[in-house]
Amino acid sequence: MNIVVCIKQVPDSAEVRINPETNTLIRDGVPTIINPYDMHAIEAGLQIKEMTKGRVTVITMGPPQAELALREAMSMGADDAVLLSDRAFAGADTWATAFTISRAIAKIGADIIICGKQAIDGDTAQVGPEMAEFLDIPHIAYIRKIEDVKPDSIKVQRMMDEGYDIVESSLPVLLTVVKELNQPRLPSLKGKMAAKKAEIKKFTAKELEIDEKDTGLKGSPTQVKNIFAPEARSERKILAGNIEEQINQLAEELKQLKCL
Amino acid sequence: MPIIVDRDKCTGCETCVSVCPFDAIKIKDDGKAFINEYCQMCMACLSACPEGAIIEIKEEGAPVSYQTSDYKGVWVFAEQREGSIAAVSLELLGAGRKLADELKAELSAVLFGASEKDANELIKWGADKVYHSDSPVFEKFNDEPYSRLLVTLIKEHKPAIVLAGATPIGRSFIPRVAASLRTGLTADCTSLGIDTDTGNLLQVRPAFGGNIMATILCPNHRPQIATVRPRVMKKSEYRSEKKGEIIPVKGENLICRTKVTDTVKETFESRVNLQEADIIIAGGRGLGDAKGFNLLFELAEILEGSVAASRAAVDEGWIRYSHQVGQTGKTVCPKIYIACGISGAVQHLVGMQSSDIIIAINKNPEAPIFNVATYGIVGDLFEVVPLLIKKLKEIKS
Ligand SMILES: Cc1cc2nc3c(=O)[nH]c(=O)nc-3n(C[C@H](O)[C@H](O)[C@H](O)COP(=O)(O)OP(=O)(O)OC[C@H]3O[C@@H](n4cnc5c(N)ncnc54)[C@H](O)[C@@H]3O)c2cc1C
Ligand SMILES: Cc1cc2nc3c(=O)[nH]c(=O)nc-3n(C[C@H](O)[C@H](O)[C@H](O)COP(=O)(O)OP(=O)(O)OC[C@H]3O[C@@H](n4cnc5c(N)ncnc54)[C@H](O)[C@@H]3O)c2cc1C
Ligand code: SF4
Ligand code: SF4
Repeated sequence: MNIVVCIKQVPDSAEVRINPETNTLIRDGVPTIINPYDMHAIEAGLQIKEMTKGRVTVITMGPPQAELALREAMSMGADDAVLLSDRAFAGADTWATAFTISRAIAKIGADIIICGKQAIDGDTAQVGPEMAEFLDIPHIAYIRKIEDVKPDSIKVQRMMDEGYDIVESSLPVLLTVVKELNQPRLPSLKGKMAAKKAEIKKFTAKELEIDEKDTGLKGSPTQVKNIFAPEARSERKILAGNIEEQINQLAEELKQLKCL
Repeated sequence: MPIIVDRDKCTGCETCVSVCPFDAIKIKDDGKAFINEYCQMCMACLSACPEGAIIEIKEEGAPVSYQTSDYKGVWVFAEQREGSIAAVSLELLGAGRKLADELKAELSAVLFGASEKDANELIKWGADKVYHSDSPVFEKFNDEPYSRLLVTLIKEHKPAIVLAGATPIGRSFIPRVAASLRTGLTADCTSLGIDTDTGNLLQVRPAFGGNIMATILCPNHRPQIATVRPRVMKKSEYRSEKKGEIIPVKGENLICRTKVTDTVKETFESRVNLQEADIIIAGGRGLGDAKGFNLLFELAEILEGSVAASRAAVDEGWIRYSHQVGQTGKTVCPKIYIACGISGAVQHLVGMQSSDIIIAINKNPEAPIFNVATYGIVGDLFEVVPLLIKKLKEIKS
């Protein structure tokens, strides 16, 4: 079974802030990490590999430095790695990102493609489902459990607002996964050594036969017009007195807000 | 590279370097800033440079074979779950009505599944037209038939704007629609408007876990598609006399390679639909054990709210992951968020800081949760919460 896991290198977004006075980002020392959801995607890929004697290929589209993310995934046990890097890919929105990666996946071939639910910087959760459309295969989003993998089908639990669905799909399929699915393993020492020396396949736009008008900024229907700080919090109210008095005030406020 | 540094103006002050969230700016040996391929075009550095040395070079987007002005009208995808219309659909009709009025255009709803009676309700909530398919394929949610039929309808009727709820359903299948139509999709919008000069849709959305807001445009492609966060748009008025047209559509021969064999409601935690809850009571490690949550369920019962949790509480196994709020859990914006025994780590805050009112109960006065709280009570939650429950019961009776 060929398993492809899509991973993205992201700034640890929880650390990114905007300075409300100057409207600029404050990023000092924000580390770069593998998108946390993608760690669960890698783990899911490795588990399926172990069950089916398959191979796991990790793939990322990004600048040359994104190679680090691929090596980290290999140290966890991924067999192959593919880096899509080209200045022509820069500035891609989700349409152009999904189009570009799906071209590469079509080239390598896959039975199961696994993505994170969303990337913690762009936060769109769109790249996975868009890729499935480009590859003309089904997808299932928000997977919290993989119940069964057969040579030509898969059965999973999909998170919904009020619980979950049990969904079956034919293969090939694309899955996007949530954190509840598994606990990502730590890299082994042997894995780390192997990953250091492993060869990473690289593709450019030309090698993927992608027209410049379909990738990067030029291929992107959406544009970021500007960014700004979220609105500051509304007034703060201080509660005074002993605990009981504070609770009385709070209960009164809740009543005013028509919560009761 | 469309974002570049004007080397004559750059003084090498490094302001931009620390501002770029993608590590895309480096100071080269000659002391001037250089933007590399990490750049995501987020525009943050432009306003940061004190010299105005960073500029955007406009590049022509890919040409499209149609006139954007041929696309007219606003569409709302009305989501139904097991035959009942989701609340977010009515909110979208409210938002869509405003946009349609501003553009002097029609507002249509698209309803897959449910009954004609429900389609009629959508008219009273503001739609002029409803495209309705009552085909049984839409009873359960499968991405392919939903996206295929919506694509077909959009190709035929050419709306300028399509809105859908940023729910597990909308966020799952709408990307397929945008991919297939070769158009843009803006995720999880919290505000929508029309650019008066161009008539383009201005789509505002949080990114970086809510730490920044971005305005997104889709100027050259149609339709402009957005998923919209539940609970931020206002419903319009229900007018029982309002008339409109219901256009039946067939839902036959739609490809479907997935199959929903069972739907499981997580019953114990009844009102767990956090994204639609008005009131959320959240617990963290301060609850001490799984039993601690019973106290919160009791409070939730009185306030008719839902119960949420920090990752620490989920990791301890005290409550299911579906309750987790934060960076790797759900993003919520209820009217009231009550945080009990939660320290307020950034990864938690990004999931709830846009709530209207935040009430924090924590025994540590230095806990960062108090920085975002509207009301804060410093105290032991096992003392505070029972007292609060008692007091609320008194008021209620
Ligand atoms: C502030 C801001 C707002 C934006 N808003 C939008 C918007 O509304 N609409 C839009 O179309 N674009 C938007 N973009 C652009 C978008 O962030 C990029 O296209 C990004 O490359 C992919 O989107 P994402 O980060 O949201 O990924 P998601 O779609 O959230 O990622 C889901 C999964 O797809 C896979 N994946 C994503 N990117 C890659 C990659 N480069 N390599 C390998 N696997 C990957 C991973 O498995 C990941 O877990 C925005 C960018 C910024 C800076
Ligand atoms: C990549 C990544 C993603 C993450 N994603 C998330 C996420 O999605 N959601 C999330 O929540 N976290 C997330 N975290 C974890 C986050 O960093 C914190 O560890 C977590 O939120 C802490 O949970 P807590 O506040 O319940 O626990 P703690 O930080 O341990 O805080 C417990 C609090 O309870 C108070 N307390 C203790 N006893 C009492 C009492 N009797 N009465 C009143 N107060 C009491 C203490 O003063 C303390 O402030 C993530 C972390 C990482 C690295
Ligand atoms: S902020 Fe402006 S002047 Fe300063 S280093 Fe960056 S580009 Fe140069
Ligand atoms: S536009 Fe954004 S990503 Fe690009 S260099 Fe400026 S700050 Fe960095």
